[in-house]
Amino acid sequence: LTALGSVRPGAWLAAALVLAFLLLFLVAPVATVFVAAFADADGTPTLGHVAAFFSQGLMREAFWNSLWVASASAFFASLIAVPLAYLTVRFRFRGALAIQTLGVLPLVMPPFVGAVALQLVFGRSGTVNLLLNEWLGFTVPVMEGLAGVVFVESIHYFPFVLLNLTVALRNIDGAMEEAAQNLGCRGFRLFRRVVFPLALPGFVAGASLVFVKVFDDLGTPLVMGQTNLLAPQAYLRITRVGLEDPLGYVTSVILVLFSVLAMALAARTLKGRDFATLQKGGAGLAKRRLTPWQSVLAYGWIALVLVVTLAPHAGVLLLSFASVWSFSPLPDGYTLAHYETVFRDSAGTIRNTLLYCGIAAGLDVAIGAAIAYLMLRTNLPGRRALDGLATAALAVPGIVLAIGYLRVFQGVTIPGTDTLLTSTWLLIAIAYAVRRLPYALRSCVAALQQLHVSLEEAAESLGATKARTVRRIVLPLMAGGLLAGFVTSFITAAVELSATILLVSADSQAPMSYGIYLYLQSVAGRGPGAALGVLAIAVVAVGTWISHVVVERTQRR
Amino acid sequence: MKSTLLAGAAVLLAALPLAAAAGTVTVVTSFPKELTQAYKTAFEKANPTIKLEILNKNTVQGIAYVRELPVGQRPEVFWASAPDAFEVLAGLSLLEPVGDLANKAAPQKVGNYPINNPQGLYLGQALAGYGLMWNTRYLQANKVPVPREWADLTKAAYFGHVAMSSPSRSGTTHLTVETLLQGEGWEKGWRQLLEIAGNSAAVTERSFGVPDGVNNGQFGVGLVIDFFGLAGKYSGFPVEFHYPSVTAVVPANIGLVAGAKNPAEAKKFIAFSVSQEGQQLLLDPKISRLPILPPEQLGGKVPAGYPNAFEIAKRAKVHFDSDLSEARYNVVSALFDQAITFRLKELQAATKAIHDAEAALAKKPNAQGAALVKQARDAAFSPVVGPQMAGDKNFLALFAANKKSADVNKQVTGLEDRWNAAAREQYAKARTLAEQAGALAR
Repeated sequence: LTALGSVRPGAWLAAALVLAFLLLFLVAPVATVFVAAFADADGTPTLGHVAAFFSQGLMREAFWNSLWVASASAFFASLIAVPLAYLTVRFRFRGALAIQTLGVLPLVMPPFVGAVALQLVFGRSGTVNLLLNEWLGFTVPVMEGLAGVVFVESIHYFPFVLLNLTVALRNIDGAMEEAAQNLGCRGFRLFRRVVFPLALPGFVAGASLVFVKVFDDLGTPLVMGQTNLLAPQAYLRITRVGLEDPLGYVTSVILVLFSVLAMALAARTLKGRDFATLQKGGAGLAKRRLTPWQSVLAYGWIALVLVVTLAPHAGVLLLSFASVWSFSPLPDGYTLAHYETVFRDSAGTIRNTLLYCGIAAGLDVAIGAAIAYLMLRTNLPGRRALDGLATAALAVPGIVLAIGYLRVFQGVTIPGTDTLLTSTWLLIAIAYAVRRLPYALRSCVAALQQLHVSLEEAAESLGATKARTVRRIVLPLMAGGLLAGFVTSFITAAVELSATILLVSADSQAPMSYGIYLYLQSVAGRGPGAALGVLAIAVVAVGTWISHVVVERTQRR
Repeated sequence: MKSTLLAGAAVLLAALPLAAAAGTVTVVTSFPKELTQAYKTAFEKANPTIKLEILNKNTVQGIAYVRELPVGQRPEVFWASAPDAFEVLAGLSLLEPVGDLANKAAPQKVGNYPINNPQGLYLGQALAGYGLMWNTRYLQANKVPVPREWADLTKAAYFGHVAMSSPSRSGTTHLTVETLLQGEGWEKGWRQLLEIAGNSAAVTERSFGVPDGVNNGQFGVGLVIDFFGLAGKYSGFPVEFHYPSVTAVVPANIGLVAGAKNPAEAKKFIAFSVSQEGQQLLLDPKISRLPILPPEQLGGKVPAGYPNAFEIAKRAKVHFDSDLSEARYNVVSALFDQAITFRLKELQAATKAIHDAEAALAKKPNAQGAALVKQARDAAFSPVVGPQMAGDKNFLALFAANKKSADVNKQVTGLEDRWNAAAREQYAKARTLAEQAGALAR
């Protein structure tokens, strides 16, 4: 291998910086949690805690339940997202922009708020069931049991598939599709044999994200009263017995391990295949027309999905204006008082969210692009490990990461002051960056994977230096992917709660997600909580729309 | 572009304070935002030089948070419902005496429970009792009668309409469960709890999930601490709240944390919280807590029909024993979760089968069927831990021992697994028996 000699110093430096960040803010905190899971009271290693875990029938049941819920959610999320993505990218279609923007909306709502809102619409005494019962005399228990969790999670996380698949579809060389059409390939066969396989990296990236997110999700099952899943069990143990409880750590360790396994399996299915196409698609490709009956089907499906997807938003919006809403299809009356309360008491949370998530998403795109480049374009030893390490962050529940931070940085002060690092908001922003890095990384990798290396070789053979090639060729062509990464990272960080709960050390540091959570913790606070939720959705929707416009513009260039 | 982004971030970092400035009082509390916001606004208005920072943690997390911070970095004030939590803090020497800050106008006791800690380590700041709240529209629509006592909720009419939280999740639910256990005794108390839980639609994760669900009509009846029900009622929701005869009135407390930065300012806040002005804030409809001052000392601000804690305490049957509660805290929490929270589906199914069998037998009596139903009830509603065991010192000590030790951990989790398995088995058995009984009446 000529590898080592050809690795440039810049690559080494980038790798070293990325590695230092990951070691300090991901590996060390998680390691302390692992140690706690395998240490006896006097510090000697033991497997006793693990044995205790597996001897519990409840824990085994929780494990299978988690696996089932996560798989089913990934399946249903795909079912929603794949038609949406294909239709909007490949067909002449009115309202495509609206669907792209609306499709992201579920992500901008903290999952627990989504679950609360869906209860209002689809719950036992929700609008739909009250009306059904009144008119037809029966109710539909969509929000009950594990199936209810799958329902909420699919609606909440399908945008992961949509976002990634859309970028992948756009990047497919239009010539491939045209060639297939010239050879007589049409309709579903064209999609199944040509388009979908070429977009597979985007799809697998999205679907595996859904699986892991659902596997780790805490808020939704808790709000819906489902405790027999792994993440709630870890949380319930740690908060019931206290931080000393080893079973909580064992559960965390198992959560981490299985999520890593799922990601590794996804990576394996893509291994050894070539998804690169020479040209970027999009602008050059003529969008096809739908036949009339195809239009009916397409619009019908999209309308149905949109109605269900937007139900939580409608619920939250109504709630934010409702004076009293109790056991009735619609609120009793309407008021602006909740918005007044929010602007008077909680304006700071909006600023905090923008600040923390901006920092986190910026860090993520920088690190993600660096790792993608190192992995796909250099022979740096251990580059796959770097990718694996960053991706592993996905498998770390927020609560585990936060506990790790509190342990690792306990008593550490900011240099030159006597302020504790753990009492600042810096750790919140860093925790967001670490937790959301995998999303940005996937987008960066998918973008670079689809960029054929011959373009860079051409630049270099024309005399451009490596740095210049990266700056003038690689980054501009990756821009769509980078931006998608930034947005995914930003908006999912904006709704992060589990790490936030533990790391906030004063209400004035609270971001919006935590502000909403606080409001929802009080009897008369649902209104202001919903109002703040609406503002959060607005902030992030505007950001998403702007990014979409930018993506469109770069594509046209 | 990247450099401008970085520069922008640097400017933002420089412009924003990273942490709370000096001269601030940080309050760790489990209380809801309306309450803390009202106190923050009023206190900062009265003391413009002092800034109040609120940090919301549930009680258990709050203790861990305070304990893990070094001296000089701790928050100033701890403010929460559960008296047990303050006993734990006092045991860890994390509280400074504040006896001299007490409001002299407040009575010594509510019922026979001292309002302020006799050693002066923490003060009562508000009073709370436990009871039932219900949604009037829900009950009317589903033709469910209005409940008056805990025992009402065990009836078949309430199946699927009740909601409760778990004692491991919330300090207030723990107090409610413990009140019931102390009021009825271990055996009968658990029996009633299991019967009510069998009628429950959900065991919510957050204690707040219960009043929230009753307010919006997901649930018909909820077991709650009084201010949850009262705040809903006085905020305009179609809900009512009632104290059953088995209730206790216990103070929610406030204390000064040892090793904090600004104890002098913190004392001002504590004194403010128990002053007449501070107590009047409790009467806000969105807060609706019971003051430690009798109504005549609140300057005529008490709304008509507002509950009087001292009257309720007089007729309350239970004299809450916080030592007993603390001693079996972990056992009660663990048992509740293993037998109820994690096995709710099976418990609901058994309860439904029993109600069905009893309804069938009422129409067509059958001696053998009645005997089978009785067996089914015994199987489903007997606690898997008996009263002798619950009083056993060694047994209780096991639950308080260091869980980091693999041996202790194995014993505890082994026990919990047995409870869980036993509960599941009993519920299945009860269901079979009840179904047999029902078949006989057909």
